[in-house]
Amino acid sequence: MTIGRRKKVDGPNSRESVSRRGFMSWLVVGWATFAAGLGGLGAIMMRFLAPNVLYEPQQTFRAGAASEYAPGEVSTRWKAKYGIWIVRLEDRIVALSTICTHLGCTPNWLASEQKFKCPCHGSAFRANGINFEGPAPRPLERHKITLDDEGVMIVDKTVSFRQERGQWDDPESFVAV
Amino acid sequence: MGALKHIINLVSAPQVSFLVAAIAFFFVFPPTAGFERWNRRLRLNLLWTVRGGILLHALVIGGFFLSTLDPNFRAIVAKPDNVPIALLLFGTLFFLWYAMKQAVDNDQRLASDQKPNEYTDPSEPKILVWPDLVYIELIAAVLCMAALIFWSIALEAPLEQPANPTLSPNPAKAPWYFLGLQEMLVYFDPWLAGVVFPVLIIFGLMALPYIDTAPEGSGYYSYSRRKLFISLFLFGWLLLWVYLIIVGAFMRGPNWNFFGPYEEWDIHKVVPLTNINFSALVWVKLLNRPLPDNIIVREIFGIVLLGIHFLVVPPLLGVTVLKKFYSRMGNVKYAVFMFLSMAALTLPIKMFLRWTINLKYLVAIPGWFNL
Repeated sequence: MTIGRRKKVDGPNSRESVSRRGFMSWLVVGWATFAAGLGGLGAIMMRFLAPNVLYEPQQTFRAGAASEYAPGEVSTRWKAKYGIWIVRLEDRIVALSTICTHLGCTPNWLASEQKFKCPCHGSAFRANGINFEGPAPRPLERHKITLDDEGVMIVDKTVSFRQERGQWDDPESFVAV
Repeated sequence: MGALKHIINLVSAPQVSFLVAAIAFFFVFPPTAGFERWNRRLRLNLLWTVRGGILLHALVIGGFFLSTLDPNFRAIVAKPDNVPIALLLFGTLFFLWYAMKQAVDNDQRLASDQKPNEYTDPSEPKILVWPDLVYIELIAAVLCMAALIFWSIALEAPLEQPANPTLSPNPAKAPWYFLGLQEMLVYFDPWLAGVVFPVLIIFGLMALPYIDTAPEGSGYYSYSRRKLFISLFLFGWLLLWVYLIIVGAFMRGPNWNFFGPYEEWDIHKVVPLTNINFSALVWVKLLNRPLPDNIIVREIFGIVLLGIHFLVVPPLLGVTVLKKFYSRMGNVKYAVFMFLSMAALTLPIKMFLRWTINLKYLVAIPGWFNL
């Protein structure tokens, strides 16, 4: 008890004591360092939100002449690169999106069964894109497909046509053959 | 042997296995006194004795290892992805049996006016945390570490090539704990199966202690004192969650088709699955008329059925079969309980309709509400 009391008396007079002004300046320095550190960390985190590599495949591409596709053919040649199936139906060629309308997986074309079958939840679509099996709520989307001056088909993925909105008769949604 | 495998393949088709499991469930886990009498008459309560437990585990584990002689079965369960799922399922079975054994033990003690096993006399000396409990925890931690090290050395990590947006693996499977959700997504609109149902499950679990407020049976294991709640909870847990994980992990093959446990995963298996909306089924097939243009008129039969399911059946049960239960619970608790139960019931009903008549939606209002 006596030791404690003596310490209390000694405290303010000891050499390690800090003056009010000195304490305030250290406080400012300390908080400024902390804020700077936090700001730097925040900046690093914000930078992390932006991807290093942007996967943005070209949105328009030349899909060749209509004659390159046999009647009734479902072509998978642009699937890996552009995410498009070129399908030659009876009287028209259309560009089908390879994104399942259920939850966005990529279905597979099963030639022997003549259907697109999704490996995630079992949705299936006919060659023309109409859904008929599994949970998919609507048909596959079709993209804009037009002929240029040389007779080459240009597919534009930025424009899409939905069957349930009655857009499949739009002249830009198919190339007549 | 081949014939037996063929029969098991046929029986494990969900429309058969789920129906059998759902009916058998209420005899094994009786929700009411009537079912409890049947449970005793069929001697199913002997499952929760030591002998019954040994028999149960011997059957399941023995059957499992006997099945691994089949190359198709082995190919699926021995995949590094699936090994822990199989282990977890054995764990689920063991802990279910263990909890039920303790509950049935206590039921018998209480019936003969004894205290439950978990009862401790306040005058007895207590067990210390240090060193008793901490010592047990240390051993558990060391064993877990050893198991993890063995696992990581023995099984290859199921790593695949970098993600590719234009290539989905076939079949593409969720992690095991989401396989029940993935299976639900096959039958329901993504908005319902992916958002509404999980929220209902979480809120339903949170609501449990407010619905089941009866004080008897708390603080120790018991079955018969709260059989209705335990039975319903286990129905949701075992049949609407664990069963779907088993199906999703071991029985969904390429193109998300069903495969029996001994069936080869053939990419070209053809299954007729062309689905049909309830409106088309009634208007076109039954009444031989074209679909009406007005959406409400078109879907009226499904809406009426849905209304009966949620608004007519609960009060009807409340004044007939569940009369005593209803008077004990009161209006609000009964309504919440019934809403959650009937919502949970839509899952097996809808699954069954899809498996049998390929029903797509009972009510289909595109862009608004599909069920």
